[in-house]
Amino acid sequence: MTSCLDNTEDMNNDEEISRLSAEIALLNVELNKKRALLKKKQKQCLTKLDINRYSRQIILPEIGVEGQKKLKTASVLIIGVGGLGCPSSMYLASAGVGTIGLVDYDEVELSNLHRQLLHAQCNVGMRKVESGRLSLNRMNEDVNIVVHDAQLDGHNSLDIFKQYDVIIDASDNLVTRYIINDTCVKAGKPLVSGSAIHCDGQLTVYNYKGSVCFRCLHPKPQSPETVGNCATAGVLGPVPGVIGVLQAMETIKIIVDHPNVLHNSLLIYDGGDCEFKKIKLTNVKRNECICTRNPDDITINMDYEEFCGSKANDKFKTLNLLKKNERITVLDLNELVSTKNPFLMIDVRKKVEYDMCHLPFTINIQLSDLKSEDTRSKLIEKINSFSNMTPNLITICRRGNDSQRAVDELKKYTEITNNVNWIKDVIGGLYEWSMQVDKDFPIY
Amino acid sequence: MDKVLNITTEFTSGLQLLFGNVKKHKLVLPEAEKPWTLGLLLFWIKDNILVDKDKWYLFLKGNTVRPGIIVAVNDQDWELLGDLNYQIKNNDNITFISTLHGG
Ligand SMILES: [Zn+2]
Repeated sequence: MTSCLDNTEDMNNDEEISRLSAEIALLNVELNKKRALLKKKQKQCLTKLDINRYSRQIILPEIGVEGQKKLKTASVLIIGVGGLGCPSSMYLASAGVGTIGLVDYDEVELSNLHRQLLHAQCNVGMRKVESGRLSLNRMNEDVNIVVHDAQLDGHNSLDIFKQYDVIIDASDNLVTRYIINDTCVKAGKPLVSGSAIHCDGQLTVYNYKGSVCFRCLHPKPQSPETVGNCATAGVLGPVPGVIGVLQAMETIKIIVDHPNVLHNSLLIYDGGDCEFKKIKLTNVKRNECICTRNPDDITINMDYEEFCGSKANDKFKTLNLLKKNERITVLDLNELVSTKNPFLMIDVRKKVEYDMCHLPFTINIQLSDLKSEDTRSKLIEKINSFSNMTPNLITICRRGNDSQRAVDELKKYTEITNNVNWIKDVIGGLYEWSMQVDKDFPIY
Repeated sequence: MDKVLNITTEFTSGLQLLFGNVKKHKLVLPEAEKPWTLGLLLFWIKDNILVDKDKWYLFLKGNTVRPGIIVAVNDQDWELLGDLNYQIKNNDNITFISTLHGG
């Protein structure tokens, strides 16, 4: 009897235990759901500090509380933490965009600082994404800064882009621009594209609400010789500043669903004349363009560098136009200088570069001026001034490409070749001179 | 066509370097038997106002502008207007823009 009773009690206990366990499990699921919801709500709602901090923009009917909440939950990816990426990220972080991703593979260089204002002088040599993260978090510690310390390519782009709502192209080369475009088309992300060089800037929004993509405008890549970059063509700091800030503006408008986002238009800024011009672009996608395809059928695995005939960076590309015996090294040059061998040395850079810095024993004739007969006759006068000695002729430039072109040009004229021993250029130019011979010679 | 056409051309975003660093050019297109189209204008520009003649390939490729140049007529992309076949009208403003990629 006792055992029977015990049995029944045991059974009741067991049932109760499993029932309670099941109930607790259910409550746990419920609890976790509520926790997640709370977190989401907390993120979506504005704190007292948020209201205070962003009040000046919340007051705008274009933003309002709803717009500020959208900014807080939005995520923006910025490719390139340079002249464009610095101003655009600064304004977006300060405006309270919740998550900002930074992509860059490069380090901060001294020659970046005049236009890349996120990077402090003491951060020269630091990874750009890291320097950017530190500065942005100093401006706004509430913003989640995600760093992607990588060179963007066809393999990694899609996984990175998927995590963000809006993509900003702040890159510095054509190859990367095609990769960014194709990935945005596949992932269905709006693309805010900016560029700047010299005193000129351009701004376009692609792939937004059915608008055209970069490839619709540029189905064929332009040839590398027609593409300028900031290192060789130069750029005035405020120009990428203007464009980067405009990129931030269009990004904010996209996030808050502003009705007048720049699209199907190209904005051109001419800093020299202080002029803006807006060109109306076609709103019809180009036949057969990647953006007319089903995203599932798009693959981002073409060889973009081969397609463009150039590299995915704006770094210097060394040419080999001359034979080995037509070139000397900076050490050879140093030797020639010290042995007082008779030579005439032409620095073929632009006058403004020559004025910036030059070797004392050089004369300046720009590469393009070698074609002028007038310039050449003056050069021949100089060659003949060596009286009874026949000099050697040496050309030099910044990095050693134009100096090779100059040798090729000079060799076309017998009145020059007949009056000199040999004509050679200096491998690596003034950059190598600074690296190997005179560390005090400026690098630019 | 029984009269000349007065138009303005602009070369921007660096293209002006091929045109003696002059951005805006007021042009008078002479009377011609065939109507003036953008296709004809390109070669007229090459023959008459391009300064750096050796570097014509930085402006044209084949019978059109090289890849990377956007052409706009009165601030509209020429693709909206029939590109090479667009018939030029008096007082048209034709802009040539070199696409930039630096940053
Ligand atoms: Zn397209």
